[in-house]
Amino acid sequence: MKILVCVSKVPDTTAKIAFSNPTTYDESGVTFIINPYDEWYALVRALELKETIGGTVVVASVGGADYEPIIRKALAIGADEGVRIDAPESDAYSVASEIVSYAKSESFDLIICGKETIQYNGGVVPGMIAELLSLPYLSGASKLEVNGNDVVLEREIATGVEVFKSKLPMVVSAAKGMAEQRIPNMRGIMAARTKPLNVVVSANASTQTEVLQFSMPPAKSGCKMINPEDAAQLIQLLHEEAKVI
Amino acid sequence: MKVLVFVENNGGKSTKAGLEAVSYAKALGAEVTAIMFGEVAGDAGVGECGAGELKVQSGNLDSRAIANIVAQEFTAGNYSYLIASHDNLGKEVMPRVAIKNNCSLISGVTALADFSNGCVVKRNVFSGKAIAEVSSKSTSSILTVLPNSFGVKKIGGTAQVAALSLSASGSEVELVEIKGNHGDAGIPLPEADIVVSAGRGMKGPENWGGVEELAKELGAATACSRPVSDIGWRPHHEHVGQTGIAIRPNLYIAIGISGAIQHLAGVNGSKVIVVINKDPEAPFFKAADYGIVGDAFEVLPKLIEAAKQFNANK
Ligand SMILES: Cc1cc2nc3c(=O)[nH]c(=O)nc-3n(C[C@H](O)[C@H](O)[C@H](O)COP(=O)(O)OP(=O)(O)OC[C@H]3O[C@@H](n4cnc5c(N)ncnc54)[C@H](O)[C@@H]3O)c2cc1C
Ligand SMILES: Nc1ncnc2c1ncn2[C@@H]1O[C@H](COP(=O)(O)O)[C@@H](O)[C@H]1O
Repeated sequence: MKILVCVSKVPDTTAKIAFSNPTTYDESGVTFIINPYDEWYALVRALELKETIGGTVVVASVGGADYEPIIRKALAIGADEGVRIDAPESDAYSVASEIVSYAKSESFDLIICGKETIQYNGGVVPGMIAELLSLPYLSGASKLEVNGNDVVLEREIATGVEVFKSKLPMVVSAAKGMAEQRIPNMRGIMAARTKPLNVVVSANASTQTEVLQFSMPPAKSGCKMINPEDAAQLIQLLHEEAKVI
Repeated sequence: MKVLVFVENNGGKSTKAGLEAVSYAKALGAEVTAIMFGEVAGDAGVGECGAGELKVQSGNLDSRAIANIVAQEFTAGNYSYLIASHDNLGKEVMPRVAIKNNCSLISGVTALADFSNGCVVKRNVFSGKAIAEVSSKSTSSILTVLPNSFGVKKIGGTAQVAALSLSASGSEVELVEIKGNHGDAGIPLPEADIVVSAGRGMKGPENWGGVEELAKELGAATACSRPVSDIGWRPHHEHVGQTGIAIRPNLYIAIGISGAIQHLAGVNGSKVIVVINKDPEAPFFKAADYGIVGDAFEVLPKLIEAAKQFNANK
């Protein structure tokens, strides 16, 4: 089985969010990581499937040379091959188009993405990949089992767990529950150095949206402290002042 | 301006998120048509939120088949915008419609679009730690509304219901069953207006009685921090934060939760935040509107008592 895992690069979850000008995220002092959904769930589940049914796991990213440490990390965790599509990460449409222009000639059986990036929170790229490749798609899966060409998926919803059946080839976006995070070991890190990391030229995909400016959410006006002895007063304040109960 | 709204069907009625999408479209000042799939009771509640018309396609279709029909209607009806909720089904259907109709998609929007210069709309980025203003490059666009960020606005009215009879088939991704029932305990967390949440400060699963009781008195759903669900004190679907679910209730009450940045990422969209923590230095107080520095085991019974009295006097 040939599996493609799409991995995106995001600021570390504790990174300070600031902008050096209205459209530019200030990267100074920021450590970048693989998007947690892509690493912990999509990539690890792909590796587990490979370990049980055999095959290869390719990780692909759309981005500049600064993406390579991220791809190496995915190789250290266990992916067989890395691909960097040398194009700017402009918007969901351009990223999906770039991935599809590469994936078209490779006939993957399964494409796994994260449910969203913790940076842009778009949740759109995997659906666009599915449509561009004319494949079935399930978003936010918490479980993914493959048996021959049959796929069984689960998804957590507010009231329970939905169970779906589908067939390969398909696109899935991964949410919590699909797998457990794996920490790369020394052997993996050494092996990653000699694994292929191919750079693919951009298909010069167009964009459909543009970020005009970033801003910070309005600051809280300050926290009103209530004496623990008068805790009951809170209920009254929530009703009369905050008007939320 | 004509706007088409895709509304998810929940047992013949619109989902809450679907009504939010209709309310959003109405607030844009548009002439609103809703589109739904399956069997619908009356106008499914969309008229009350401002839809003048409801188009219904029957049949049990998967998201790809639904996208085919929504895309056809979007073109045929000459709509300027297509609005949907940024939930599971919206995330499956809307990217497909965007590709089919060659129009832009801006997902998870949190405020009304500004049409004074094209279509510019705000959305949360960096897990709610910042806001981006995004503009569409195409003449017609799709916007998906972040659940709980806009609210359901009932203005009264009924929608004219018309059946669509497009040839529709396809179920490549088939829903075979819905297991379990998280909803047993009450209100589903993502839809709740009030959420009572607790963390490691509660010391153990046996101490959740007070949390549940306060939630019950306030008509709230319960949630928890990640370590609490990781150690199995609470079920996984209650885990909120960057790696769990993101919620935006009107009121979020956090008890014995430190307020780590990854936790805040899932709750910082809440309108009012109350923090109860015995440590005055807990970072959560910086994000709070109301704070109580105290022991949860002493504060909770007082709050439950006050909530009971409040309900009795209502
Ligand atoms: C990549 C990544 C992703 C993460 N994603 C998430 C996420 O999605 N959601 C999430 O929640 N966390 C997430 N975390 C974990 C997060 O960093 C924190 O570790 C976690 O939120 C802490 O949970 P807590 O506040 O319940 O526990 P603690 O940090 O242990 O805090 C317990 C709090 O309870 C208070 N307390 C103790 N006893 C009492 C008492 N008797 N009365 C009142 N207060 C009391 C203490 O003062 C303390 O502030 C993530 C971490 C990483 C690295
Ligand atoms: N630049 C990128 N390169 C590769 N995959 C990406 C990229 N951006 C997003 N993805 C994939 O698409 C998923 C959803 O991203 P988004 O739609 O931007 O929230 C991510 O979890 C990744 O799996």
